[in-house]
Amino acid sequence: MSVDTVVPPTLAVWKFASCDGCQLSLLDLEPELLAITRAVRVAHFTEMSRAHVEGPYDISLVEGSITTDDDVARILEVRAQSHYLVTIGACAATGGVQALRNFAAPGAFRAMVYAHPEYIRALDSSTPVSAHVAVDYELRGCPIDRFQLLEVILALLAHRRPIVATHSVCQECKARGTVCLAVSGEIACLGPVTRAGCNALCPSIGRGCFGCFGPSEGANVDSLMEWLHSRGHDDVTLARLLQTFNAAAPAFHDGAMNLVATRVTLGTTSRTRKERA
Amino acid sequence: MTHGTNRTRTVNAEGIARVEGEGSLRVVVHDGTVSEVSLDIFEPPRYFEAMLVGRHFSEAPDITARICGICPVAYQLTACAAMEDATGIVVSDRVQLLRRLLYCGEWIQSHALHVYLLHAPDFLNCQDAVELAERDPRVIERGLALKRTGNLVMETVGGRAVHPVNVRVGGFYSAPEPAAIAALAGPLERALDAALATVDWVAGFDFPEVTSSYRFVALRQDGRYAIDAGRPRSSDGLDVTPGHFAELSVEEHVARSTALHARLDGRSYLTGPLARYALNVHLFPEVVRHAARAAGLGETCVNPFQSIVIRALEIAFACDEALRLVAQYEPPVPAADVVIARAGVGTGVTEAPRGLLLHQYEIDADGNIVRARIMPPTSQNQLTIEEDLRRVVEGGLDLDDDNLQWRCEQAVRNHDPCISCAAHFLDLQVVHS
Repeated sequence: MSVDTVVPPTLAVWKFASCDGCQLSLLDLEPELLAITRAVRVAHFTEMSRAHVEGPYDISLVEGSITTDDDVARILEVRAQSHYLVTIGACAATGGVQALRNFAAPGAFRAMVYAHPEYIRALDSSTPVSAHVAVDYELRGCPIDRFQLLEVILALLAHRRPIVATHSVCQECKARGTVCLAVSGEIACLGPVTRAGCNALCPSIGRGCFGCFGPSEGANVDSLMEWLHSRGHDDVTLARLLQTFNAAAPAFHDGAMNLVATRVTLGTTSRTRKERA
Repeated sequence: MTHGTNRTRTVNAEGIARVEGEGSLRVVVHDGTVSEVSLDIFEPPRYFEAMLVGRHFSEAPDITARICGICPVAYQLTACAAMEDATGIVVSDRVQLLRRLLYCGEWIQSHALHVYLLHAPDFLNCQDAVELAERDPRVIERGLALKRTGNLVMETVGGRAVHPVNVRVGGFYSAPEPAAIAALAGPLERALDAALATVDWVAGFDFPEVTSSYRFVALRQDGRYAIDAGRPRSSDGLDVTPGHFAELSVEEHVARSTALHARLDGRSYLTGPLARYALNVHLFPEVVRHAARAAGLGETCVNPFQSIVIRALEIAFACDEALRLVAQYEPPVPAADVVIARAGVGTGVTEAPRGLLLHQYEIDADGNIVRARIMPPTSQNQLTIEEDLRRVVEGGLDLDDDNLQWRCEQAVRNHDPCISCAAHFLDLQVVHS
């Protein structure tokens, strides 16, 4: 086949429950963006274009978590139409910050926000894409790192595995020479159990890691919690740290549930919610 | 989009493109008269106000940032303002100026995204910026360079462009090094030139002749074009505290939308670039006022299609303002005030790129959030956007279905609605009956 007859691979971007920040990371590749749009045909990307090309698609990037019946049907269709399905961000990988509803009584959040909860058609839980369809690759982060996204797109175009670290933020701190905040500064830090990708950004500005990239491979959350507890951090603070943007990721979820304070807080919170409802 | 009977015309736009989030538009035309216009938001609800209850006040900036990846700084700084109001903290001038610099970065980034990638293709008959780039790569490269400069400011002050990590109630985790801030001057000077070139470029577009009698609401700050703080004011004489504004604006829940619809004293209003320009243009620096005059704008602009010109002017303003802030930067010491919890209610208001954003929280004596209210610009603007749509459809009945749909989509994009924020957006359905 000669070069001028090669059909460019198609790229589709799909949005489910999310903030648009991970899709924006694609546009944030500013200098590389036009090169990407020359290497692939952008077939569906509602945030960027009115144009829509029917599938199948070579690469689908999926942002957001599954929170409605329509989402469930749509993700099945996206999977059926896609050669590679790659999820981008914490929402798609773990359910996102909106998975905090999974911890509340069914319907409780809906009743707190909307005067007419009966108008709202949404599931009582927020679930990751992988709970519904096979996923070829999950890129982590809240938000994702745009250079990791570039690596994933380049890898898929070359039909190779993306080279993305799965070790912890803690190791990134060591690599860049940041003095340990948890040891020296009495700051609660999730760096030892959080996946690398941000280049240990928060510790570099004197802030403990708060887990944007979700659990690292083999994370021993209970051990870290026990040690942080022994350093004087209370269970409520530690549970809150685990219950943000990756609250439903198994390692963070279980770690939080193993803290006595979480069970107490959730009990109290449910009562408060019931009273308010 | 389908035609019904001779007397009935139906236009549907499903999944409105080049907006942040998901929504649809439905217009019903009966015997040549527009009888119904609705902007339906079906972005799945994420229940932020509920998930905040029981959390610590210090968590609100990072949690609410996740409402919108395009304007996270707006959410973070409005949450900070509300929590500082609740706890009785007044941050130092240096902290406030550094916040304003961070916010300028977000205005540049968000407006450059909207002007070049989302809105301009409409005026040049392109499906998207990629098509525009094929025709005129240097223009899109200029837009992307502007956007990059906004991101650079956000990265330098906030740590990263999407969901910055350096903001906290009371100030910052750490103050950027003076050398890092000084290094922003070169890119910002080039960005100011690019922004002024952008004003010239967009001022030359063909604008449909649509005028509206808007009721504008924007923040006013003494001596400066409001971004990071101010008092809500309206074009019909309202001038109130943020807390009073929260009482006056009532949000209503309607069946077809996961975004609440806000009314002020029972009436619709508009926030955002057109409102800020009408109420605060005299506070623009001379370089921006000159550019506005050269673009043919008067003291107010009531053609929503020309909002792209105002956004370009605001990019120039944000670059100029950021340069001023960079030149006078002194690191806040300490980087953050110590904030001690106390029971109370606090209200924060700032100017997000798309318009006025309000947060109100009640916290208990331990600093836990008891109640949260977040009123994003898009839910405040929604009724006015629907009124705009009605005018656009009435004035565009001679257009064929495809062009009417495009015109309607454009009428929505004029206000850069952020549906992720408001559902809290778009698919056009025009029913001609």
